[in-house]
Amino acid sequence: MLRYILKRLQALLISLVVASLVIFSAVEIVPGDPASFMLGINAQEDTIMALREQLGLNVSLTQRYFTWVTGMIQGDFGTSYTYRTPVSDMISERMVISLPLAIYALTLSTLIAFPAGIIAATRRGSVADVSVMGVTQLGVAIPNFWFAMLMVVVFAINLRWFSAGGFPGWDAGFFAAMKALTLPAIALALPQASILARVMRSSLLDTLSEDFIRTARAKGLTRRQTLWRHALRNALIPVLTIIGLQFAFLLAGGIIIEKVFFLPGLGQLIFQAITQRDLIVVESVVMLLVFAVILVNFTVDLAYGLADPRLRRSR
Amino acid sequence: MNAAHFLRSRSFMLGLILTLIFVFAALISFLWTPYEIDGVDIPNKLHAPAWPNLLGTDQYGRDVLSMIMVGARVSIAVALVAVTIGMVIGVPLGLAAAAKKGTWWDEIIMRGNDLVFAFPSLVIAILITAIFGASAINAIIAIGIFNIPVFARITRGGALSLWERDYILSARVAGKSPARISIEHILPNVMNLLIVQGTIQFSLGILAEAGLSFVGLGVQPPTPSWGRMLADSQTLVYSYAYLALFPGLAIVLTVLGLNLMGDGLRDIFDPKVRKSRT
Repeated sequence: MLRYILKRLQALLISLVVASLVIFSAVEIVPGDPASFMLGINAQEDTIMALREQLGLNVSLTQRYFTWVTGMIQGDFGTSYTYRTPVSDMISERMVISLPLAIYALTLSTLIAFPAGIIAATRRGSVADVSVMGVTQLGVAIPNFWFAMLMVVVFAINLRWFSAGGFPGWDAGFFAAMKALTLPAIALALPQASILARVMRSSLLDTLSEDFIRTARAKGLTRRQTLWRHALRNALIPVLTIIGLQFAFLLAGGIIIEKVFFLPGLGQLIFQAITQRDLIVVESVVMLLVFAVILVNFTVDLAYGLADPRLRRSR
Repeated sequence: MNAAHFLRSRSFMLGLILTLIFVFAALISFLWTPYEIDGVDIPNKLHAPAWPNLLGTDQYGRDVLSMIMVGARVSIAVALVAVTIGMVIGVPLGLAAAAKKGTWWDEIIMRGNDLVFAFPSLVIAILITAIFGASAINAIIAIGIFNIPVFARITRGGALSLWERDYILSARVAGKSPARISIEHILPNVMNLLIVQGTIQFSLGILAEAGLSFVGLGVQPPTPSWGRMLADSQTLVYSYAYLALFPGLAIVLTVLGLNLMGDGLRDIFDPKVRKSRT
């Protein structure tokens, strides 16, 4: 197991290094000097030079890359070109909205998908199965931001159960904050739940047709016991992969949903940064999102290794 | 597998019809739309759906139906080019990785794949837009890059099992090079997989384009696109819900059509599935 972990860890580090190099060089090729951009067209040459010095732009590219990376490892993402505040502060301010939103959506998606997928698989061909398949077919085809807009029309404008957007802040109380995140989380969860329910169903169907399930039934276990003790555990592996992929997607996909509900999350930060050409913010947020994806994949790989000893050897 | 299989697959036929409706709408829009869409006609703004503006008019008095028709060609073009990029680059990579299985070649291609997978298409789009500015071309590139590892992986997976077959062995014994075997024997046999995946990526591409245009990272005004129409309707949705309804329906029906077609094709191509369903 230790060898397996070390090997995965090595892959994780390589991915991170290459990803950071890609992002860094992509942003580096942008024409224009951040210092002159910050100071405007009337700036004096020596003020620009001083600011370049202050921002650490006067050193070689390699040196800047290393400063950026070592900074990030210590939680220092540099200073925003536009607001002159630490990028890490800006990000953590937004993270307290985007991260709970992603977790909320993932929880909803799992809570909907598991029962739906299990019912569809165990009652294959029944009305329940056909409706799950029909609804999920539709769920996959609906753009989440459009679904979000429709929910705003129905639940915020007509029924007035929720506010149409905005975020009261966590200071307003846990429930008020969660309420503001509920419609966005449902909108994000819908397509994900559809995909997950389908994966759950097909994976469980595959498992249920295997020999060891027949053996379990033959030794006298009831259908229900076989399902809970044997089938579900084995069917979970592909489901776990999808959950892992979805979390990363939810974090990035939240960017679009945040726009519908005017949530001041990572999405708003990044769009602001793009229009203001605050590239250091773009660079850091993108790196953070990619880091999240890579980390989640790493965790899923480890979970595999724990769940299935065969995988440890084959890799 | 013959024409009857296609005709008998209900999901394929339904999907095909839905898809063709939008493809035709897009093609017709080059020759004719009910109204001109580049003119602003303020006296006729925000008409509810009724004759002669079947789907109503927007805040500039433009006919929504005409805009949806033109939007169809934008969506379809972006998704189609993005799928092509993914296939043209991804398929040869997948073939090469399978042919050189276990070598550093394979390792580099697959690790590269994993790396691209770590960048969701939205994140690629953000990066590209931050650097080059927003445009339809950049949306195509972002979605296209995301498609590359998808096709590389599916090609490699399909090709690996083929390389074990006897007829490939005999081709090798006959002295054919791995490249030639890949093109002559492997590629035709993974075509089915690629067509099914292509349909799915096509539908994902339409969703992605709509999302990117919705947040302003894709098609730029005045070119109409379904995502932009939804974005423009966002502030008006309180009183004019139909403005958000129709472009959204267009997206859902197109994506649904492509997905149904993909499902149908998978069943038609894979007799095992076909038998177990009946």
